[in-house]
Amino acid sequence: MQTHFFARIGIAFKILFSRSYTEQLVSSSVSEATATPEPVTLTSSNTDGALQLLSLLQKEGRLLDFINEDVTAFSDDQIGAAARVVHQGLNKAIKEHITLEPVAETVEGSPITLADGFDTQAYRLTGNINGSAPFNGTLIHKGWRATRIELPQTVEGYEFSILAPAEVEL
Amino acid sequence: MSEAKFTVGIDLGTTHCVLAYSELNADGEPQPQQLFAIPQLVGPGQIEAKNALPSFAYLPHEAELPAHQSQLPWGESPYVAGLLARELGAKTPNRLVSSAKSWLGHGEVDRRAPLLPLQPAEGVNQLSPFEVCRHYLQHMVNAWDQAHPEALLAEQQVTITVPASFDPSARELTALAAKEVGLHNATLLEEPQAALYSWISGSEGQWREQVSPGDVILVVDLGGGTTDLSLIAVTESEGALELNRIAVGDHLLLGGDNMDLALAHTVRQKMAAQGTQLQPWQLLALSHGCRVAKEQLFNDESLNEVPIVVPSRGSSLIGGSLRTELTRQEVEQVLVEGFFPQTPVDAPVAQRARTALTKLSLPYAQDPAVTRHLAAFLSKQRHATAEFEDINLPEHARFLHPTAVLFNGGVVKANALTQRILSVLNQWLSDDGAAPIKRLEGNDPDQAVAIGAAYFGNVRSGKGVRIRGGTASSYYVGIESAMPAVPGMEAPIEAFCIAPFGMEEGSDASLPTQEFGLVVGQPVRFRFFSSTVRRDDQPGHVLDFWSEGELDELPAIEATLPADGRTPGEVVPVLLQASINELGTLELAAMPIDGEEQWQVQFDTRGEAA
Repeated sequence: MQTHFFARIGIAFKILFSRSYTEQLVSSSVSEATATPEPVTLTSSNTDGALQLLSLLQKEGRLLDFINEDVTAFSDDQIGAAARVVHQGLNKAIKEHITLEPVAETVEGSPITLADGFDTQAYRLTGNINGSAPFNGTLIHKGWRATRIELPQTVEGYEFSILAPAEVEL
Repeated sequence: MSEAKFTVGIDLGTTHCVLAYSELNADGEPQPQQLFAIPQLVGPGQIEAKNALPSFAYLPHEAELPAHQSQLPWGESPYVAGLLARELGAKTPNRLVSSAKSWLGHGEVDRRAPLLPLQPAEGVNQLSPFEVCRHYLQHMVNAWDQAHPEALLAEQQVTITVPASFDPSARELTALAAKEVGLHNATLLEEPQAALYSWISGSEGQWREQVSPGDVILVVDLGGGTTDLSLIAVTESEGALELNRIAVGDHLLLGGDNMDLALAHTVRQKMAAQGTQLQPWQLLALSHGCRVAKEQLFNDESLNEVPIVVPSRGSSLIGGSLRTELTRQEVEQVLVEGFFPQTPVDAPVAQRARTALTKLSLPYAQDPAVTRHLAAFLSKQRHATAEFEDINLPEHARFLHPTAVLFNGGVVKANALTQRILSVLNQWLSDDGAAPIKRLEGNDPDQAVAIGAAYFGNVRSGKGVRIRGGTASSYYVGIESAMPAVPGMEAPIEAFCIAPFGMEEGSDASLPTQEFGLVVGQPVRFRFFSSTVRRDDQPGHVLDFWSEGELDELPAIEATLPADGRTPGEVVPVLLQASINELGTLELAAMPIDGEEQWQVQFDTRGEAA
């Protein structure tokens, strides 16, 4: 009987990236310098979600077909035409499943000040780094933050490694 | 039954189903409505909740989709509904059921007979239009109940929308489908009215500033599969504004899908002329590409053409894809001029004689020009406001002058098309010396019907303004008149009015005096007619002549008097009485003159000729 497997999986399929979650990651991975460094415990993320997302990007935007094709033989026009399929499809797939926000709301190219204790994972310093916070600089790239990711729920025994089925016409 | 916690609106659409709800609070004040995301299969073994359930059903082969991969959170389902159904059906059309709702409203077929898909794959058990519509409702009931085990859908105040042009038998079937999935108290509401309720709800009380007594609101609902028109008059009574739905248009199977397909065919012909033949499956991808390209052209005036790519089916995307382009000129010509031509208000709707050997198909509108249908509707309803003192149509008016328009449905997201409709309407109005029309805005054209239906739950409990209207037709039974038969001529027929125009829910038509003879124990069939223009006929009124378009024939009605207590074969004189029940469907009863009994008269849903 497989009728109730969903009850077992539960319905919590919303993985929310919150600020505190990313901060937690930062604090656990950046260990303080001590005389005898403690070994850092590293964790790997669950790959099922990554495979699922790849599968979605292939289905909607043919991403895997696109990057696996040898582009040297084709003209820019041909590549451009295919890129439209990829662009339209990926845009739709990403918009439906992930909510994106820029990390910095400032316009790129304008000045920005980072106060003491800023989130070092969210902001990367480059160029002439010295002195102490607050740091005054120019925003080069606004960054991206995912505020929501929702992937389809799957039935028990779902094979994530099949990113796209082979299609056989009868 | 526990008390309702929510008011729920279900838009059971031709191409999409949407469910909206709002909480019922203690003092009954309307609360904001929200959409309920409906879990559905999006891939084999994958389930995702989406704001709309595409109205498609797919009957998979067991080798194609084993049962465990098509399970839903609430259990197994006999076939697939929603996004996955649409996707699988795109490549395997002989297992796909689409437009079931249009079939439900098609009076010439047996709506309860398994006839879909029309050309099924071998081994596919066909489904009836009724069964498929019921399945979509069942899917939404299950989805809701799983998310709200403490407030099951059957216990909520549910409103299901139907096209304003649905005839009594199609309404009855919709109500019956709701009953069969446990929604015994679901009320029916016309879709254009739901759209107007959504606008009222969204205006947060400001709607009274935007319309005033004397206004006539035209609702133009251009959905994926159908075009639905309604007119609502604004009047005043004791200082309060009243809304009266005064007319509904004919049932028109003409919508956004036809438009995208028309563009795809144009582009296909262009490609064929350049030497590229497309396969049938590519037409679907092309139609999809055309829809996206069309939106880009409509949204960006500076573009003159937008490239369209038909992706390869194999994995060689760059090498195998076909590229073409959609030009502004093509869109203007095919969509704007083809579907919304600038026509005079008295332009006749093009009719093509139906050939005798029509194969079983939906009665699509034969004239693709929405504007000509609109002109015909407004001209036909020229006298619809005669009874309202607030509305003064000039003597010379050639059509009923609407003063405001509310657009709804997916098609109206294209600004160029609504602009064209406005300009055509304004041309007609200015030719008649009337003021330009005002556009009512604020609705989300994809969600308004479900949201308005959810809002309607509050209206039913007496909060907020109610659109008055009742039936938008008067109803007649046909009686062969007693005249000598002439060979080769149909026996002359008289139409006997049994229900007047504008009957409200929960009311009976006053008892007519005409007697009908019913044979005990045998079904007796009557031809059945309706009229959207004969507003003054009272029950008992007999018509022996009517002009073209004045009366429309509906599926027949059938009465059977059980033989108990009577001699089979005996002819019993009865009276026919019509009433509109609380759910908004028409009921007909036969009452023997010599007894107290009352026998229900059935609408024919089997599509047999009378």
